[in-house]
Amino acid sequence: MNNYAVVVENLEKRFGAFVAVDRVSFRIERGEVFGFLGPNGAGKSTTIRMLCGILTPSGGSGTVAGFDIRTQPELVKTQIGYMSQKFSLYQDLTVEENIDFYGGIYRIPPEKRRRRKEWVIEMAGLAEHRRRLTSILSGGWKQRLALGCAILHEPPVVFLDEPTSGVDPISRRRFWDLIYEMSGRGVTVFVTTHYMDEAEYCNRLGLIYRGELIALGTPHELKTEMARPDGTLPSLEEVFVSRIEARDRVEQPEREVRR
Amino acid sequence: MNPRRVRAVARKEFLHVMRDPRSLLMALATPVLLLALFGFALTLDVDNVPLAVWDQSNTPRSRELASRFDGSPYFSLGMHVDNYRDLVRAIDSGQAMMGLVVPSDFAEKIEAGRDAPVQLIVDGSDSNTATIAIGYAGVVAEIYALDLIIEQNQRRGGPQLKIPLDVRPRVWFNEDLESRNFIIPGLIAVIMMVIAAMLTSLTIAREWERGTMEQLISTPIKPGELILGKLAPYFVIGMCDVLLAVLMAEFVFHVPLRGNVALLFGMSAVFLVGALAMGMTVSIVTRSQLLSCQVAVVATFLPAFLLSGFIFTIANMPPVIRMITYIVPARYFVAILKGIYLKGVGLEILGTQAALLAVYAVVMVTLARVSLKKKLT
Repeated sequence: MNNYAVVVENLEKRFGAFVAVDRVSFRIERGEVFGFLGPNGAGKSTTIRMLCGILTPSGGSGTVAGFDIRTQPELVKTQIGYMSQKFSLYQDLTVEENIDFYGGIYRIPPEKRRRRKEWVIEMAGLAEHRRRLTSILSGGWKQRLALGCAILHEPPVVFLDEPTSGVDPISRRRFWDLIYEMSGRGVTVFVTTHYMDEAEYCNRLGLIYRGELIALGTPHELKTEMARPDGTLPSLEEVFVSRIEARDRVEQPEREVRR
Repeated sequence: MNPRRVRAVARKEFLHVMRDPRSLLMALATPVLLLALFGFALTLDVDNVPLAVWDQSNTPRSRELASRFDGSPYFSLGMHVDNYRDLVRAIDSGQAMMGLVVPSDFAEKIEAGRDAPVQLIVDGSDSNTATIAIGYAGVVAEIYALDLIIEQNQRRGGPQLKIPLDVRPRVWFNEDLESRNFIIPGLIAVIMMVIAAMLTSLTIAREWERGTMEQLISTPIKPGELILGKLAPYFVIGMCDVLLAVLMAEFVFHVPLRGNVALLFGMSAVFLVGALAMGMTVSIVTRSQLLSCQVAVVATFLPAFLLSGFIFTIANMPPVIRMITYIVPARYFVAILKGIYLKGVGLEILGTQAALLAVYAVVMVTLARVSLKKKLT
């Protein structure tokens, strides 16, 4: 057994002629908060779905919590919590009913289930709304409830696909406190995001662009590589923009000539 | 297979159903409406055939003949005409289905003891009804002819006439030959097939469309657990539908229920599992609510209506079609319901049909389980 929660080697996903994920390789240590960044359509969600065992890779290999995502997807599913980009709890069920449902699906023993349920309700700040239908909740509440249901069974690895998109800044902040808290307990968190301030919170970052992983390292490493001549460090945003532009130049040199 | 997971899914599905009272009402009201509609409208009995008479003879004899027709429950004398043009118009417009033309020398020929021809013009566009109506008309005329012979014989002072053949039909199972008694049990089977497949055709597709399926397939739930849990609430609704249909047959249509009621519901349960699982398989394969619902209705209604023996006798079908009917589950359920309702028979007769229904249920549940992949495409 190694010390890595996630290991990916040349992972690839093609949809017909379109290459959504192009031979991506990385390793994530246990307890790490790994940020996966990239523009829309870069392949973030596709990568996460393959790691969750719900999308079959076209090539390469990967393990999550020691289980092979190709040959043991159902075992992978026992080790993970997954929060998809789209809110995917039942809107016509109440807060409690959603939690109870996932408690049953994950076969959490009754005693523990009660405890975890209270924890989720408190964590999400939904004590007053526990018997309300999920459809009436605001974005931040929904997000925290979805996270709560995904980690109800205390999985060692958690995948969060743009968990904070469309959520107000305060809620986002609270959400990241939860991520840190999980990480502190040794949970590995794989999170995708658009927000640069959130990228700063991650232990390590991967930048994916057009299906390819074009940068990998800690926020500090990535900035140091691009340090300005006067020794000051660029912002993460500057780092990523220049990386993506560099990538475009490689792919389309003729554009450079015309310019 | 973990009972806790099945229970969790079943509970959630029940909640979905309860939170959507309009769909629930639809699920319960649709079979009642269909049964009422078809039960009242769909009758194979031929009675009150509208009759137009052109009585050229206009004698007591000819009026007697016309009143014999009018007096029978099978004909109603709607109009008198005095030329062919009016008669043709009556038949063309559907005011009359039959035209009786009595020649002017009708009475004279009868009195003279000679053959008295009478013309019967029949609208044969509905061949089945026409055939039956012609049969009735023949009988009415024959009885009148017989009465004439007896009368003439008495007048001549001849010996008591005896008819050499005396056929005494005893109709079993449906003594009054009410087509409703034969239609309603089969109709319950047809309606339940369609309703059951429709009920479940939305469940899995809805989860795909709402994005909740992506969450669900990322959990360790097994396909069998999901399917069994999802079947549970619709099974309960389906059994309520069966109960409503049986109550309607009893109190609205007065169809005699001669067999074992427990067997009736037991067989319905087996049938429901198969039909519900079929709808779910469609839902799993299409992943779209609209498409799934359409496929489920088309794939169940037509075969159940046409190929189940509900109205059209399977034995009269061409061999190829007859082979196809074996894979229509409604066929077995129709036979079972008719057997229980009208003949009052039990498993000793219906055993094979019951076994085949059970096989269908097992095959459909297995098919649903196999086709449910916990993968995105």
